[in-house]
Amino acid sequence: MTKSELIDAIAASQAQLSLKDVELAVKTILEHMSEALASGERIEIRGFGSFSLHYREPRRGRNPKTGDTVDLTGKYVPHFKPGKELRERVNLGLQAGR
Amino acid sequence: MTALTKSEMAERLFEELGLNKREAKEIVELFFEEIRASLEGNEQVKLSGFGNFDLRDKSQRPGRNPKTGEEIPISARRVVTFRPGQKLKARVEEYAGTESQ
Repeated sequence: MTKSELIDAIAASQAQLSLKDVELAVKTILEHMSEALASGERIEIRGFGSFSLHYREPRRGRNPKTGDTVDLTGKYVPHFKPGKELRERVNLGLQAGR
Repeated sequence: MTALTKSEMAERLFEELGLNKREAKEIVELFFEEIRASLEGNEQVKLSGFGNFDLRDKSQRPGRNPKTGEEIPISARRVVTFRPGQKLKARVEEYAGTESQ
């Protein structure tokens, strides 16, 4: 499912808002989530999961083209931990043979 | 720092887009529910600019009850993994926070 298919699915599940409004809402939600993570804030959605940042230590890497070593600084990467309901439903999907 | 939750997301839809509070809450609920439903149906979810929710099937493997030391197999399961997109990774990398979470 892509972002535009998600927008279509949400629009079809409710009666009040136009497709355009749902599209704006989805983009606003994703921007809000990205902003939160970019400012070091966690996201916690019960039944879905949580997003947080994990720290990667500085390391010495290599340019794969030239073979030169490069010093890479430490950085943060986004991490997602699925919540209980999501884990259970995805597993039920497996048991149902999907 | 406090965590971002559904109620703050709904609040922003109310403030920025002028949805009423009930609509805003419903859209936020549906956003996460439709993603869960897709994953439950074994379909990955690709949100460009943010990231992809992928599915991986794991076969059964031997495990152990950490309390008793008893061997018990860990059953085959399907798990969700999240791969952040380039844009999100670039924005997060710039974060120079001192606390690791």
